[in-house]
Amino acid sequence: MTLQTTSPIFLGMPSFQKAAKDALRNTQQRRNLAHATSTIRAKRAAVVGEVDRWEELRVAGADAKDEVLHHLPHYLEQLEANLVANGATVHWARDADEANRIVLDLVRATGSDEVVKVKSMATQEIELNERLEEAGIHAWETDLAELIVQLGHDRPSHILVPAIHRNRAEIREIFRREMGGVGRPAPDDLTDEPARLAEAARAHLREKFLRARVAISGANFAIADTGTLVVVESEGNGRMCLTLPETLISVVGVEKVLPTFADLGTFLQLLPRSSTGERMNPYTSMWTGVREGDGPQDVHVVLLDNGRSHVLADDLGRQALRCIRCSACLNVCPVYERAGGHAYGSVYPGPIGAVLNPQLRGTGSDVDKSLPYASSLCGACFEACPVRIDIPSLLVHLRTQVVDEASGRSPEALSMKAAAWMFADHRRLEAAQRGATLGSRLLGDRTVRSLPGLGAWTQARDVPSPPPETFRQWWARTHGYDVEEAP
Amino acid sequence: MSAREEILGRLRAATTEVTTPVGHRGPAPVIGVPSPGAGETLELFAENVADYRASVTRCRPEEVGTVVAGLLDRAGARSVVVPDGLEASWVAAAREAGVELVPDSGADGALLTAAELDAVSAVVTAARVGIATTGTVVLDHEPDQGRRALTLVPDQHVCVVRADQVVHDVPDAVALLEPRRPLTWISGPSATSDIELDRVEGVHGPRTLDVVIVG
Ligand code: SF4
Repeated sequence: MTLQTTSPIFLGMPSFQKAAKDALRNTQQRRNLAHATSTIRAKRAAVVGEVDRWEELRVAGADAKDEVLHHLPHYLEQLEANLVANGATVHWARDADEANRIVLDLVRATGSDEVVKVKSMATQEIELNERLEEAGIHAWETDLAELIVQLGHDRPSHILVPAIHRNRAEIREIFRREMGGVGRPAPDDLTDEPARLAEAARAHLREKFLRARVAISGANFAIADTGTLVVVESEGNGRMCLTLPETLISVVGVEKVLPTFADLGTFLQLLPRSSTGERMNPYTSMWTGVREGDGPQDVHVVLLDNGRSHVLADDLGRQALRCIRCSACLNVCPVYERAGGHAYGSVYPGPIGAVLNPQLRGTGSDVDKSLPYASSLCGACFEACPVRIDIPSLLVHLRTQVVDEASGRSPEALSMKAAAWMFADHRRLEAAQRGATLGSRLLGDRTVRSLPGLGAWTQARDVPSPPPETFRQWWARTHGYDVEEAP
Repeated sequence: MSAREEILGRLRAATTEVTTPVGHRGPAPVIGVPSPGAGETLELFAENVADYRASVTRCRPEEVGTVVAGLLDRAGARSVVVPDGLEASWVAAAREAGVELVPDSGADGALLTAAELDAVSAVVTAARVGIATTGTVVLDHEPDQGRRALTLVPDQHVCVVRADQVVHDVPDAVALLEPRRPLTWISGPSATSDIELDRVEGVHGPRTLDVVIVG
């Protein structure tokens, strides 16, 4: 059996504008996307319309997330204590590398050379599959769309439906060509009927589920006051992974915490209606550590920072961490619908990706510098967002940062030389953060009115001032070197 | 510094400007639709379960056995897994009709393996809660429902819900559930929207979901 190569890494992506121009020439993909997003927009509108108190739910969702984000250490410690009390082992990972190392060691300890995976944005973000494959461990994606992406040696282009850029005929071709190489082949008479395609996936993956000893998942929610993890899905592949293997490893971003179990009463209304446009998704699994005689007995949770603490430090930008990855903002975005997901150069495409990628990765690369401009600021994303993330304002906020860094005149740029020294020690770090906050307060009401080369937009509007910590400072802090010196 | 200390330190440093105390928000607000009456709630439940292509049958308590046997027969089930705590009368008629009953724990106490489960046609269980606004049944995997694998691997799931277990909206269900038990929320049979964002029933979980409402 050959090792599968999944999503090639997003390094060296051109700017969004360049990639989008190329994508626009792909008329097949554009047609696929327009069809899919218009279908989902109509479904979402119908089921959201059924809920009279939708706006109240949105506010409650935002409040619950803000409560957690304002006191994240408290809620994480509570979550950890409840997980441990219920038999789970908790690991902490500062960055992608550390998370991958932890997972790899856990898998190796089981002696297994394969894992089954539930779709998880966090593991895509840290490129776990690639790391496992390098170490000779097969990582089988079991979500239908992820399977299509993996078998097609492709990259995901949507949060919810990573293969949204593929139509049924293309999927049939991929299944017929690739399934046999990695397990049970597709039947010879496979048609492009969605039901037949789903059946082929069922047969192909069943043998893998039945023999799997290790599963890797993410979590949609992690409940602080009980230690419960929640996975929301449709196909049952999640249930297979969460139930049948002996070992379960869940990689969970630190922002996934909800304060109480009762908050699920809000989020299980917001998420399904916003994402697949259903009153409820077919399956939701909740588990609290280990249950004797039922499901995995060796349960691990890896709590992942990987830039989130940086996002948190910006008190405006922080709201992006409320995101529950429903993908509603993608489906309503006119820019996404035309450019497609690949142009965003990340596992997080669309409006939220345009915000999160530069927030998480810094604005060192062409694509991350250009992403805050991948929007017409029409506001549809904010309207659709179930946790009221003001994406247009965040994009404006990020544009300022890109501009300041490009000018090289910013106080942040000047202070970079000292950064390594400051961040080498946590007391100096705290002093520096206070200083940076002070600096941005001093900038106060400064606005940027006209910027050469950045088009007409800034001529029409003012741009607000930068956040307490800059991306470069963050980059230096988390990577140990200046963005300019990137190896 | 350990990763744990460092991450907690970074998060603390990132929120130094926050002045509100922990728990400032107060308890989670309960935002749902109150039941307009037990009859209406039950009607809505039946309607929404059926809307996602599960079958719905309503019957009196003494009819459950016959209804279950009929549903198994319709799907062509030859064998059925029986959770250890299932009401025996629910599967008595099916046994008489020739369906093989497979208990989860054998004489030696060993549970069925995944492969053994895969060879069984169907499973019959009770439920913990039904939710009307979404057409959802929630299992908490107590002995009358069995461990999670039982309702996952066989291709047909017959789920018996008592009328008095059906609540109106999602927050009502959340309030009733015990989070320390594993919980499975089921809304219709296994489905996917991954091909052109159109819902197709039948991927990895049971492709047939039959909900029986009793009372
Ligand atoms: S930003 Fe809002 S709309 Fe977009 S994926 Fe996140 S939660 Fe959904």
